[in-house]
Amino acid sequence: MNPSFPAAWSQARRWLPERSQLQRWSEQLALASVGIAVFILCWHLLAAQVQTSLGGFPGPLQVAKQWSVLVTEHRQEKAREAAFYQRQHQRHAAALAESPDAELVLRPYRGRPTFFQQMQTSLITVLTGFALASVIAIPAGILIGLSARLYSAVNPLIQLFKPVSPLAWLPLVTIVVSALYQTEDPWFSRSFVVSVLTVTLCSLWPTLLNTIVGVNAVSPDLNNVSRVLRLNWFTHIRRIVLPSAIPLMFTGLRLSLGIAWMVLIAAEMLAQNPGLGKFVWDEFQNGSSDSLSRICVAVLVIGLIGFLLDRLMLMLQSRISWDKDAVLR
Amino acid sequence: MQKPHLELSQLGIEFPTSKGPFIALQQVDLQVARGEFISLIGHSGCGKSTVLNLVAGLLQASTGGVLLNNKEVNAPGPERAVVFQNHSLLPWLTVYQNVELAVKQVFRGQKRKAEMRDWIEHNLALVQMNHASDRRPAEISGGMKQRVGIARALAMQPEMLLMDEPFGALDALTRAHLQDSLMEIQAQLNNTVIMITHDVDEAVLLSDRIVMMTNGPAATIGEILPISLPRPRNRIELADCATYNHYRHQVLSFLYEKQRKVEPLSSQAAVKPEPRVKRA
Repeated sequence: MNPSFPAAWSQARRWLPERSQLQRWSEQLALASVGIAVFILCWHLLAAQVQTSLGGFPGPLQVAKQWSVLVTEHRQEKAREAAFYQRQHQRHAAALAESPDAELVLRPYRGRPTFFQQMQTSLITVLTGFALASVIAIPAGILIGLSARLYSAVNPLIQLFKPVSPLAWLPLVTIVVSALYQTEDPWFSRSFVVSVLTVTLCSLWPTLLNTIVGVNAVSPDLNNVSRVLRLNWFTHIRRIVLPSAIPLMFTGLRLSLGIAWMVLIAAEMLAQNPGLGKFVWDEFQNGSSDSLSRICVAVLVIGLIGFLLDRLMLMLQSRISWDKDAVLR
Repeated sequence: MQKPHLELSQLGIEFPTSKGPFIALQQVDLQVARGEFISLIGHSGCGKSTVLNLVAGLLQASTGGVLLNNKEVNAPGPERAVVFQNHSLLPWLTVYQNVELAVKQVFRGQKRKAEMRDWIEHNLALVQMNHASDRRPAEISGGMKQRVGIARALAMQPEMLLMDEPFGALDALTRAHLQDSLMEIQAQLNNTVIMITHDVDEAVLLSDRIVMMTNGPAATIGEILPISLPRPRNRIELADCATYNHYRHQVLSFLYEKQRKVEPLSSQAAVKPEPRVKRA
């Protein structure tokens, strides 16, 4: 089998994007690169002008260097951890060789969390808080959206609590959690619970409101279809209400996830809960000559993660939503 | 005397407004035989849709009532299938699934899976839409959507087909085509149909009787015009037919002489409304 070249090409062409689309993509890529390049240039030029108590404001080069320092620190910390466990293992082996029924104590490694471990903590926390918020907000939104009376009853409360800043919730959540969350062998650390609850409290509102509006926006004609067909309550919700609310619900979820991420960083900073916020705060308190560069790395990474989380929601939306024509931005 | 299939007696409805009840409809009396094709015609706002919604059970009468086979209608149900003006297909379901939703609901426990599939395909074939069964409503034209709406209604195997200006939003050619299909389907299935229309030709061409409504408020039936043209009817032959044109003339004279509606003209519309006192 040796297909002629043109035939093979036309075969392959079917799997390639259209020419015009390729052009559009490359144009967008070029424009984005120009934007980033101009930003880095301005940053480089302006950073040199700013003198702070911790030395000059870091330019792109110093920040890039700190990034690799952070990567190295992470690797070293990992190596130290591995070495610690190996030593412990050897000690145990030796103790067992001496007397078979020696009492062995397994000690966990207690090192300072590295930048990447803080990042991981933050991600887990934000996703847990966001998931909790969604689990509360979507069913509640559906119920409230279906009943005008319930809506009138609950709306003032929503409007009251929606604008409350995470910084105001945090002390309350902290005190309440330390009072109520007292178990001998907790599944989660207390700081994790505090962060998650703060994130939940602040991020559930956009999902709640958008779900309510989405459920309300079911066209009266579709409601009439449902009535003529005598769909029962559950089928009505599943086949008519939920699908028509989905586009707005996703708008709410995306807003919520964005807020959750912003709130989390603030909460971690203020409450000294582990995570990227604590990393920033520690560096701020540390005040070494590298601190500003390290904070800049954190800022960029926080932005990047926020962006990726939003893209993730978009992907989910385009998978789930029936409205494929909706412009997703 | 045999009881009529559908009977509207002393039907009336009021809507509460801030200035007291508004009587939209009163004293509507109509008897419809099985298999009859009735058109409701009248100016906009005369309560045609209200009559249809009352028969569908989507609205509740304030006075009088609707009897179908001697039983009072007080809720919507699939035995009175509605074809909505703007098709009302669920945009997230394909053409097939839209019909399937109705079929599953109506024939649950009566038909097996394969029978249901055959029945859905049969009804889509009836409106010549089975080539597009996997497309979504957004991907087909307005006329096609309306046909699927009709297929969905027919698939409920209704006793009555209630159509609210089914072809109102379509261009003239598509409309003519769908009118012909509707006549064929009705000849085949002998459904009882009540159709709202604005179109005098449509009313005369399709109906056994044309019910002409007076202007609201307190609208009621003005005249009922029986159309005794032989079926099947052909629009081209009828265009030259004296009887056909006589019927047209009667409907037109009802609408534009007896029930002439004075629409607000632009000079009147240009008069500014009284400025409302703004409350802080």
